[in-house]
Amino acid sequence: MSKDTEKKGITSWIDERLPVFTFINHNLRDYPTPKNLNYFWNFGSLAGVTLVIMIITGILLAMQYTADTDLAFDSVERIMRDVNNGWLLRYIHMNGASMFFIIVYIHIFRGLYYGSYKYPREILWMLGVVILLLMMATAFMGYVLPWGQMSFWGATVITNLFSAFPVVGDYIVTFLWGGFSVDNPTLTRFFVLHYLLPFAIVGVVALHLVALHQFGSNNPTGIDVKSDGDTIPFHPYYTVKDYFGLGVYLIIFAALVFFAPNFLGHPDNYIPANPLQTPAHIVPEWYFLPFYAILRAVPDKLMGVLLMFAAVAVLFLLPWLDKHRVRSAQFRPYYKQFYWLFFVDCMILGWVGAMPAEGIYVTISRAASIYYFAFFLVIMPILSRYEKIGELPSSISSAVLSDKFDKGTESYAK
Amino acid sequence: MKVMILSPALISGATSDVKLMEQKWPFKGIFGRFDESSLQRGFQVYREVCAACHGIRHISYRDLKGIGYTNDEIKVIAGDYEVVDGPNDEGEMFDREALPSDKFVGPYENDKIARLANNGAYPPDLSLIVKARANGADYLYSLLNGYKDYPENFEASEGMYYNEFYPGYQIAMPSPLMDDIVEYSDGTEATQEQVAKDVTSFLAWTAEPELEERKSLGVKTLFFLILLTIMLLGVKRKIWKDVE
Repeated sequence: MSKDTEKKGITSWIDERLPVFTFINHNLRDYPTPKNLNYFWNFGSLAGVTLVIMIITGILLAMQYTADTDLAFDSVERIMRDVNNGWLLRYIHMNGASMFFIIVYIHIFRGLYYGSYKYPREILWMLGVVILLLMMATAFMGYVLPWGQMSFWGATVITNLFSAFPVVGDYIVTFLWGGFSVDNPTLTRFFVLHYLLPFAIVGVVALHLVALHQFGSNNPTGIDVKSDGDTIPFHPYYTVKDYFGLGVYLIIFAALVFFAPNFLGHPDNYIPANPLQTPAHIVPEWYFLPFYAILRAVPDKLMGVLLMFAAVAVLFLLPWLDKHRVRSAQFRPYYKQFYWLFFVDCMILGWVGAMPAEGIYVTISRAASIYYFAFFLVIMPILSRYEKIGELPSSISSAVLSDKFDKGTESYAK
Repeated sequence: MKVMILSPALISGATSDVKLMEQKWPFKGIFGRFDESSLQRGFQVYREVCAACHGIRHISYRDLKGIGYTNDEIKVIAGDYEVVDGPNDEGEMFDREALPSDKFVGPYENDKIARLANNGAYPPDLSLIVKARANGADYLYSLLNGYKDYPENFEASEGMYYNEFYPGYQIAMPSPLMDDIVEYSDGTEATQEQVAKDVTSFLAWTAEPELEERKSLGVKTLFFLILLTIMLLGVKRKIWKDVE
């Protein structure tokens, strides 16, 4: 061994052959990041942490869970009562799903506000939508596993949606069920897929990060990084900021797990599944309610199903629906207002999705569904064309340093 | 806040429109604890009244340690029940006294015979009942105290009872409690309200036997996390001091 390599040590010996340390240095340490990111930029790393929490608790739960219609419910209760800290694992996993969606929805709304889906981050955005779809599938199947009343009837209602498709509908449903009703084959395949899909999510998350690091993070001004003065190294600035955000997040998460673990769940799911008794109201988990509302807003079943899927699918087209050259809503007075209306609209959809589909609720859900699609398909293209904006700050640094910055943006609105 | 508005548990659930008789439960709140003597009285009510028709199949006899019974007491309690075991070396099933590790023996061998004995209605297992109803403890307490005569013009069904807290107002279970239905050995007066309160507490425990451990671990965890987060905020501020 020569003196040179001795000096560099084992790390550089490895790094020369397998550049892991260069990679870490490049992507987690020196990685130049806009210096003006606000706390909404914490949610990507929070989502990543949540995914890890879900996978670890999920693997441990799977060691105790039994995917059999006769045993599933009792095996979950056994975890809650007899497995050491089983209640903790299960409550973390159960509430973790809700936390995951809260985080990811905020992450998406962040992207929507600051135009993070625009050139050159279109693929980054689309990979994010793929992650959302995988999450939805995973969460839906996970909710079936405890085999309570809502598990069973939720699975029945949602899988039945596919029967709306002409000709092939019934075949699809039978294929999904592995039989002629939701039964043991359905439960076992849902368990297998529920275990498998999170690893697919990990894969897509890796691609999401590769795409992110190609051009780096967007930032609240939406202005491209122009010089080194606009950026700071990821470590220690954003590592510590992410840690602080993580602390706040874990406080909320822990409060839910320890003090209100069933707050977001439905009491009916503590009743064992009974195929002969339909619950009075079948409601999906809260994170599906906006889409459920869109589904029920449409009188025609097939159209309802198509629109529900379209509600997610439309996100794929976002980079081409909004072609306005300015990214951040900060500098787009009209977009900003429609954006907040859209945010409220999603809340209304979520609320109405939990209400019975009758009377005034139907009208509200229809109006809200129309705005949901109009926002993407009508308002965005029109604004892309006609929305006038004032002068943008010349760089991130000048935007941050300018005292008049806030007043300046106000004047655009007038 | 968004979450609270959207919570399905808040929106649906208890379906009767009468306001529940809300009670001050000692096990509610961040520092909530079960009242052990109330749990033991509730267990007595369960054994002497409810157990005639309802099981608590998720509970083992040894779990009674959680409400303050000793191992010897538990052995005696378990010994009152018979379980079918086997097959033995002769290939026969046999009856034996229940052991602390056995689950509580239910009143019926199967669902069919349970229905047969109860006019077609199935008396649900009570282990999880408090978790399986919206505002479970208050709901159960109200239900137990909610029996009334049929109002005029109400079309009563055969063998059903009027209860203002039950969805649809008609319940197959006759009013199970009354004053002095049990005699408490600790001298507590067994009014109907007291009995209902005790048995509800007991069933809140069977639904969430981990509650006390969960809450005390929760307080410690939150204390740690809040401290850690405050420190992280300090570090963050220090590191970011020179930026901008």
